[in-house]
Amino acid sequence: MRPRLAGMAIVTLLALTTACGGGGAEQPADGPVTITMWTRAATQAQSERLVKAYNSGHRNQVKLTVIPTDNYQPRVAAAAGAKQLPDLFASDVIFVPNYTSQGLFLDLTDRIAALPYRDKLAPSHMKLGTMDGRQYTLPHTLDLSVWFWNKDLYAKAGLDPEQGPKTLKEFAEHATTIDEKLGEGGKVHGTFFGGNCGGCYVFTFWPSVWAAGGQVMNPEGTTSLNDQAAMTEVFAIWRGLYDKGVTGPTAKEEQGPTWAGFFPQGEIGVMPMPSTTLGVMPADMKIGVAPISGPDGGESTFVGGDSIGVSATTRNADAAWDFLSWTVSDEAQVEVMAKNKDVLARTDLAGNKYSAEDPRVVLINSLVAKGETPYALRFGQTFNDPQGPWLRLAREAVFGDAAKVPQLNAEVTKSLTQ
Amino acid sequence: MTGSFRHSSLRHSRKTQGWLYAAPTAVIVGVLFVAPLVLVVWMSLNRWPLLGPATLNAPDNYTKIAGNPLFVDSVLFTLKYTAITTVLLSALALGLALLVQERRPGVGFFRTAFFLPGAVGFAAAALLFYGMLNADFGPIDPILRTLGLIDEPVKWIGTPNMALFSTITLVLWRFAGFNMLILLTGLQAIPVEVYEAARSDGAGRWQIFTRITLPLLRPTLALMLILSVTGSLLAFDQFFIFTNGGPDNSTVSMVMVIYRDAFFRFDLGGAAALSVVLLAGLVGLNTLMMRRLR
Repeated sequence: MRPRLAGMAIVTLLALTTACGGGGAEQPADGPVTITMWTRAATQAQSERLVKAYNSGHRNQVKLTVIPTDNYQPRVAAAAGAKQLPDLFASDVIFVPNYTSQGLFLDLTDRIAALPYRDKLAPSHMKLGTMDGRQYTLPHTLDLSVWFWNKDLYAKAGLDPEQGPKTLKEFAEHATTIDEKLGEGGKVHGTFFGGNCGGCYVFTFWPSVWAAGGQVMNPEGTTSLNDQAAMTEVFAIWRGLYDKGVTGPTAKEEQGPTWAGFFPQGEIGVMPMPSTTLGVMPADMKIGVAPISGPDGGESTFVGGDSIGVSATTRNADAAWDFLSWTVSDEAQVEVMAKNKDVLARTDLAGNKYSAEDPRVVLINSLVAKGETPYALRFGQTFNDPQGPWLRLAREAVFGDAAKVPQLNAEVTKSLTQ
Repeated sequence: MTGSFRHSSLRHSRKTQGWLYAAPTAVIVGVLFVAPLVLVVWMSLNRWPLLGPATLNAPDNYTKIAGNPLFVDSVLFTLKYTAITTVLLSALALGLALLVQERRPGVGFFRTAFFLPGAVGFAAAALLFYGMLNADFGPIDPILRTLGLIDEPVKWIGTPNMALFSTITLVLWRFAGFNMLILLTGLQAIPVEVYEAARSDGAGRWQIFTRITLPLLRPTLALMLILSVTGSLLAFDQFFIFTNGGPDNSTVSMVMVIYRDAFFRFDLGGAAALSVVLLAGLVGLNTLMMRRLR
């Protein structure tokens, strides 16, 4: 009772959010069951497609609620406190360890073990959904960071439109060439990034560190390594691009909501982008896709997206699992996800009948096994919080006083362990 | 004896009736205001993570406030924002109200036009400004460039001062019409005879404004000031959506810090303590203002 009243109190006094909805009332075992599911707006399209396909072919029905991305964490947390979670809820994969450690997800170890393709599920997502050897979540949607280049702008700038950058230094050279050749008038820019968005930095800069063989944190997610040479070299290259005016003019102020909106307008030469946007790019736009590289080569990606689990308070665990296990089946992965150019949650289906039509999709699918998803219990409050220490570190490194990086890195470490 | 009994019974019945009439309001006030308030105070005395059991830790949540530089900075910033916004908003709203107070042809159009931004949701308005002022795809920069007023993109939210200036512009645009409406009701409540008497005594426009309009508008101005100061001290949407507290934490309001502690750091006890401190400050300030402006 107390947590529920507490939820009411914080909602009323702070007037910020509500903890309504959800639930998971027990339903008759013999009749069709309606299970409730929450997802965030960022991965709404994929969730809706899966739910629609499942509902059309099953007696049980899934009722999906989409919650604005910025408000998703507070809503889940408030609902958890009030024991009002839905039967199923998806989560940005990087927040899964926190939820798992708080006991929000049901232990699915035995059910997952019974899946014939259990070893083929996206390894980064599975790793973050595992705690003390027990498994709690399945991969739901995958969103990888990759480099997109605009082939038309490459051709106009005298670059080979069929050859994307193979190193971060080459990326900087291509962006600089495009800006020099086509940037007059301020409409076309060499590249772009979210310079006032902590999540954008980790999504687009960290893969260059991994590609170079470096790490951004220790495996326990308690020590930040963002003052090491592997990271500072990446910062320095991006700083050079900003100083030369190769990035769009609003890169320093970009908070995140619109950072991926510039490339589809055909005004950016080459930039890191979320792979999920490939399917919604203008049909007449010629786009090349390359893995993110380190300063001198290698390739990696930030395997983002959502994981999904059954909430610990559900009374419909069997029905919820029926839907969950269906979402990673051949049918759902190929006929729903691959058909819409989405990244697959299973590595064994990377080369399917739909992705084979587009080598870029095959490339993105192949990166699932190579990329990384960083693990840290305090990830959100350290790296995504706009007032957190990471954003200050990244902004000083790229726009301000790079000498402050070691001191700010200590604050990042402190935040990871608080 | 019978009369006395009847009288006592009637009084008792009226008392019960009174309680019954007041009961629905009392229940609403109790459930929606008193209970949450008591609970928040109780939460502020506990270590109360959003996803776990609470433990009593009083007075840690209060003692750590002074050591929270983000909150201390946010108090100073919010006070600065409140002072600037209240002065500008009051002046603008009063100016608009004076412009449209008399019934003339076309005045209805201007009243509607001034009030219209108030019909836009505040969060939507903040997002609208974010898009409009974006140098890459917003219309403002190209217009200014076409007019020859700027040579390079304006960093509307790129520096602390510009971010504050842009936010205040948003707030003025959104709320000036609403405050104009409040003042308009006050202006129209001033009897015409008072103005006529002043004019017949030879008072000029300025004298009428300072000696008649402003003194008689005092209660309405007081209401507007209290609403403006309270609203500004509780500022959240405009900074959360429009500037995101940036650049470099230069536009973080007090409520943003509370939100951050509660929903980014999952520290409800700490957030509740900050809420109680803010509430106490608001009650104190409003009491002072009511006394001064009465």
